[in-house]
Amino acid sequence: MDEFLTNLPEFRAAIWQTFYMVGISVVLGGLLGLALGLVLYATRPGSLMSNRAVFVGVNILVNVVRPIPFVIFLMAIQPLMKAMIGTTIGTDAVTFALTLAAAFAVSRVIEQTLIAVDPGVVEAARAAGARPLSILLTVVVPEALGPVILGYTFIFVAVVDMSAQAGLFGGGGLGSFAITHGSQRYNWVVVYITVAVIILIVQAGQFAGNALARRALRR
Amino acid sequence: MSHVRLSQVTKSFTRGRNGPRVVALDDVSLEVAKGEVFGVIGHSGAGKSTLIRLINGLETPTSGQVHVGDHEITALSERDLRGVRQDIGMIFQQFNLFRSRTIAGNVAYPLKVAGVAKAERDRRVARLLDFVGLLDRAHDHPEQLSGGQKQRVGIARALATEPSLLLADEATSALDPKTTAEVLDLLSRVNRELGVTIVLITHELDVIRAVAGRVAVMDGGRIAETGTVYDVFAHPRSTAAADFVRGALRDRPSPETVARLRRTHSGRIVTVGVQDRTGFQTALARTFLEHGVAAGVIFGGVGELQERAVGSLTFELTGPAEGIDAALATLRADGVDLTEEEG
Repeated sequence: MDEFLTNLPEFRAAIWQTFYMVGISVVLGGLLGLALGLVLYATRPGSLMSNRAVFVGVNILVNVVRPIPFVIFLMAIQPLMKAMIGTTIGTDAVTFALTLAAAFAVSRVIEQTLIAVDPGVVEAARAAGARPLSILLTVVVPEALGPVILGYTFIFVAVVDMSAQAGLFGGGGLGSFAITHGSQRYNWVVVYITVAVIILIVQAGQFAGNALARRALRR
Repeated sequence: MSHVRLSQVTKSFTRGRNGPRVVALDDVSLEVAKGEVFGVIGHSGAGKSTLIRLINGLETPTSGQVHVGDHEITALSERDLRGVRQDIGMIFQQFNLFRSRTIAGNVAYPLKVAGVAKAERDRRVARLLDFVGLLDRAHDHPEQLSGGQKQRVGIARALATEPSLLLADEATSALDPKTTAEVLDLLSRVNRELGVTIVLITHELDVIRAVAGRVAVMDGGRIAETGTVYDVFAHPRSTAAADFVRGALRDRPSPETVARLRRTHSGRIVTVGVQDRTGFQTALARTFLEHGVAAGVIFGGVGELQERAVGSLTFELTGPAEGIDAALATLRADGVDLTEEEG
């Protein structure tokens, strides 16, 4: 415990690094994933802007990227990282990888959620003379808002998980802290306190997501 | 002047990949006049859902033309269609209200699409909700309303842009009889007070009977028969129309009923179609009497269609054989619809 207290400044820094990585990748990856998910939903056969070429292309891309385990993905995209942000190690590099991984995961969640929207509602909007893009953004997305929020909550938890894995690659954050100050020094107090904080972050995120979704669903 | 015109419209599609070719509509032509309520009746799978969606271009036909007013729907691009759709309201079996919007928000939606300014939008939404009797529910959400109320919101939303044409897709099929009557009353008001032309599709004769002036009977993707509601159902020429009338009125005995009647009645059994003219029944009774024939009603029913009598009566005739023959011959000569029940 004493050792943990002496590392308190590093611990605080680790928490902020985790928030930084998770925050940026959930927001940026979330937006990018939303765009990809909307494309997947809108271009599928029979949908608002069905376009076979775009749908098949994006679908294959998502299918290729998404199943790669994050630690492997982190290594696989190192050339891309180098080209885009100039480095392959550290918090920014991990954040870049997290953002991409989150985007691909979000795209499927969004697509699946939007598909569940009642086609009758889309038909009513078409019958009113609305443009496809306007139907997508002002009808389909709002109708699916509750499940969309729950989907983002799910992704948030997954990103916290991935950000901790990134500790293995010197990514900073709570994962790194648990490894360097905890398990490598056989200091289990540090490990468990770190685990407890990660659980707290996840719980808080889940709680907030549930509350927002309940409001959107009005139940 | 015709408001909606379908000319030799055919619609076919393949079910699934490499599936069988299904013909939903087969050489359908019809005209709906401005200001009328036109009903299309048919069983599920008869093609009526496809038909109504051709009118606002939600579906495109394989061949043939669709006209609404001066527009040839089938010749318009999707972009041009959007403008025309703002002059065509549509209501649906499952209401299809936006759950994410309030009642007022639902009614305001088509106005937003049409680019109507906020102040004018609010004014019109209030007037429409007042028209359908739901002004006090403006800030509620759809799930707080009953089925009948939801459909009234659907109607208000469909009328928001003051269209001249309203399409009703099985609008009362999800409602109980009482709310069905309320919604049908409202549709009649929409037609009467606002002069909106209505095309409605249904599988229920009662809906046609309550609101429509003319009707087309659909069967297997084709129009079996078109005419005024009275003509089509009082004197059906097609088996499809006759089936609907039989199902709704149950006035003509089925073969099983005839067999049962036969067990308890020894005389000749004759079914007479009721005619909507003064003194028809009296004339009928007098003819039998003059020929020394006793006629007793043993089955049947007489109802009303567009305020005119429809139905049929089944008589047991007893008396001298030549008297019965002579009476029947007289009636047939008078143009009475008469069927002698065999068996």
